[in-house]
This record gives sequence, structure tokens and C-alpha cells, in this order.
Amino acid sequence: MKSSSFALAKDALSSLRDLLPIIIVIGVFQVFVVKQPVSGFASLILGGLLVVFGLAFFIYGLKMALFPIGEALAHALAKKGSIFWLFAFAFVLGFGTTIAEPALLAVAAEASEVAVDAGVIAATEEARSNYALGLRLVVALSVGVALLIGVFRIVSSWSLPVMIIGGYILVILATTIAPAEIVGVAYDSGGVTTSTVTVPLVTALGVGLASSLKGRNPMLDGFGLIAFASLTPILFVLLYGIVLAWT
Amino acid sequence: MDLILETFRYIASSAFDVLPIAVFLFVFQMYVIGRRFPNVRQIAIGFVFVIVGLGLFLEGLELSLFPLGRLMAQQLTDPEFLEATRLTVMGELGWQDFYWVYLFAAAIGFSTTMAEPALMAVSIKANTVSGGAVGVWGLRAAVAIGVGVGVSLGCYRIIAGLPLEYFIGAGYAVVILQTTMAPKLIVPLAYDSGGVTTSTVTVPLITALGLGLAEAVPGRSPLLDGFGLVAFASLFPIISVLAYGQLAVLRHRADQPAAEIAVEQEEQDHAL
Repeated sequence: MKSSSFALAKDALSSLRDLLPIIIVIGVFQVFVVKQPVSGFASLILGGLLVVFGLAFFIYGLKMALFPIGEALAHALAKKGSIFWLFAFAFVLGFGTTIAEPALLAVAAEASEVAVDAGVIAATEEARSNYALGLRLVVALSVGVALLIGVFRIVSSWSLPVMIIGGYILVILATTIAPAEIVGVAYDSGGVTTSTVTVPLVTALGVGLASSLKGRNPMLDGFGLIAFASLTPILFVLLYGIVLAWT
Repeated sequence: MDLILETFRYIASSAFDVLPIAVFLFVFQMYVIGRRFPNVRQIAIGFVFVIVGLGLFLEGLELSLFPLGRLMAQQLTDPEFLEATRLTVMGELGWQDFYWVYLFAAAIGFSTTMAEPALMAVSIKANTVSGGAVGVWGLRAAVAIGVGVGVSLGCYRIIAGLPLEYFIGAGYAVVILQTTMAPKLIVPLAYDSGGVTTSTVTVPLITALGLGLAEAVPGRSPLLDGFGLVAFASLFPIISVLAYGQLAVLRHRADQPAAEIAVEQEEQDHAL
């Protein structure tokens, strides 16, 4: 118990150190450049403290739960030797964590407004929620597919740079034929898919898998899953826009 | 009292985000792997820490960093402030009159990335996996510099009104070139760092900055120009992390074999 509270205190100290740059930047700009009084000083201090402790708790829990789980599952799946379950796991993990992502909900709602303004869909509540739901499904599907491809790459040891750069070339091609109003949304959705909980889990999965398979280097083959998860949503949403405009 | 209620609300909402993932993992473990997790207790406690920590972290951001960041983005793009600090003598504001915006963009991009929880997770992992060859701080600083430069350049693009495709296209050309020259071990990590940066802390702040800028500069549309910053913030870390790898090779040519041996050693450990 004593050692765990010691570890927690250490995490709190290091998260204070992590936040120091922000405090310095905002402080310096506030005092020397903007020179305007800031209201609500007490709530700023309180918020700062909450950020420090929240971050410390998160990192502590990360090392205790998310990392071990991700790796234990990867090892167990590799040992089981069933490619089907490995792929099923990767797909469901990507799809499941993305469909409920709050940032995606916000972007999808905003995108449906843009679509109404651009006259792509009718200005009714039903059309709007259908569009937003369609977008969320497409993005969630794309992250599921991304993890599936990423896991396939780890198993098959294909070249990551070739796959990623090939993917971006497809993105550029799709951008040229996609309707203009979907492009902004598409590029945005690549950024919102990788949440704070998904990233540690997916990283642990990749590294765990690469280290339990023979002849794979965890550094070379374990990373790269996040890269796929940021690429495929752009492509899928562009294609979604092309299909919608076409029909 | 309000604060306590508010705290519970944040923790409850982070529980809603985390629990479906936790349930899925437990079900999968039970029915497909057919074995319970080793030390369930420890993992359950860890999940509680993750949920409470994420809740407190987000509440703290809402209370302190976000209002402050939005306020400063607003103040720095305020026409009055720009008029008072301009460099050009007369006429319309030139792109160089926004120098405080560039500086602020670089500083806020750098500092918020240093505090990004997802990036910490990846750095800790990369450090362990590489047997210490990739430093936790070194990697985070490399990513943070990339985001700082990216966001700053993105602000310049909004102000100057140049097409996004030119910058992104040129950026990926640099990435391709670097990929052929950088040490192979750093490449997957570098590609991952692009996606990791656009997470909880950085996105809301740079979005506020982009919107403020697009509103302040005549002839820019917030809808069309706001999203460009996120694309910049995900592209430039790839370049800076690849550069970090190239620098590491140049500086520690003698240490490099040791790092590779460490990785191989770990591989063998796992194989056993």
C-alpha cells in the first residue's frame, strides 16, 4: 500500500511538471502581451489542481489496468492462434470505441448543419439526424477496418510506409473528386477518432502482439495502428460524400 | 456544493465513455479467451483510477485552461490589439502584423502537447519497448515541437489565405523523403505520433485559435479555414519525430548498436 501511494505521489509530481509549460506560456502572455486582468482567479487555481490530480490518477490507472489488459489480450490471442478472433477483436475494438466517442458526436452534428447549408440534404430534423448517424457509422466502420488492417500488417509484416503513403495518395485522389463541403469534415474526422482511452489500449495491443509473434520486432511492427486509425476515416468519409452526391 | 455535483457529473460522463470498452474487454476475455484476467482486483482499481482521473482532468480543463485559452485567442486576434502592436505603418494589416499570434500558436501548441495524456501513454510504451533508446521526454518534446511549428504555420496559412493542399502536399513529400533516410525503428512511431497529438487538450484550444483568426481576418470563413489547423497539427509531428530519429543516429552513432541489442534482447525474452 505504501509503495502504491508513493507511486501515485510521483505521478502527481510529474504531471505538475508536465503542465508547467502551459502555466508559463499563459502567464507570460497574460502579463507581458495582453495585459488585461483575469477574472475568477480562484476557479483557475482550482481547475489547475484538478488537472494535475486528474492526470496523475489517469496515468496511474493506465499503468495498472489499460496497459496490462491490452498486452494480456494480445498475448492470449496470439497463443490461441486464431486469426479470426484476432481480426474480430481488432475490428470490434475500433468500431466500439469510436461509435460512442463524444468528439465524433459533436463533429457529426456540426457536419449535418454544414450539409443543410450546402443543400446536400433537406432541412428537416429527420434528414439531419440520418446524415449525422450515417457519418458516425462510416467513421466507426473505418476505425474498425483500420485496426483490422493494422493487425493484419503486424501478422504479415508488410511495409508500413508503403501502406500509409499509398493510403494518403488515395486520400488525395478522393479529395479531387469529392464534393467540396465534405472535405473539411473528412479531414477533421481523422483527428477525432483516437481518444485518450483508445490510444493506450491500441498501443498496448500492437506492441503486445508484435512481441508475442516470432520474428516480429515490437518497435518496428508494434507501432503504426494509430496511424491507420487516423488515415482511414478521412478516406471513408470522402467516399461517403462521393456516394451521397452520386445517388 | 455545486462543485461537488459538477465533479460527479464529469466522473459519471467519463465512466460512460470508459465502461463500454471495459465491459467489451471483460466479455471477450471470459468467452473467447475463456480465462479470467489475472489479478482482476488490480485491474478494476486501475479502471477506477482511469475514470476518476479522466473526469477530474476534463473538469479542471473546463475550469482553467479552456476559458483562458479561448480568451487569449480572442484577445490576440482582437482588431484593437492588432492595430496597437502592428509592424507595418499604414493601410491594411499585413501577415507580419500577426506576430504575437504566431508566437502564441507555437507556444500553446508546444505546451499543450507536452500535457497530452495519450502522448504520455505512447511515450512510456516506446521507452520500454526500445529498451530506453527512445527517451520519454525526448519523444514528447519532438512531438510538441512539431505541433508548435505546425499550428504556427497553420495560422500563417489562414492569415495569408494560401491553399491548404499546398502545405499538406509539401509536408507529405517531406515525410516520404525522410522515411527513406530515417532509422527504420523510428518510422512506425513517427507515423503514430501524428494521430496521438490531436486529442483531449490540444484540439479544443487550437480550434478556438483558428476560429478567432478566421473571424478577425477579412475574407476568411470560419467554416472553411477552422479545420486546417488540426491537419497541420497531425502532419508536422511526423516530420519532427522522424527528424528526432535522424538526429539521434547522427549524435549517438556509437550507442546505436547497444539500442538494437536491447530490442533484440527483449524480443528473445518474449519468445522464451
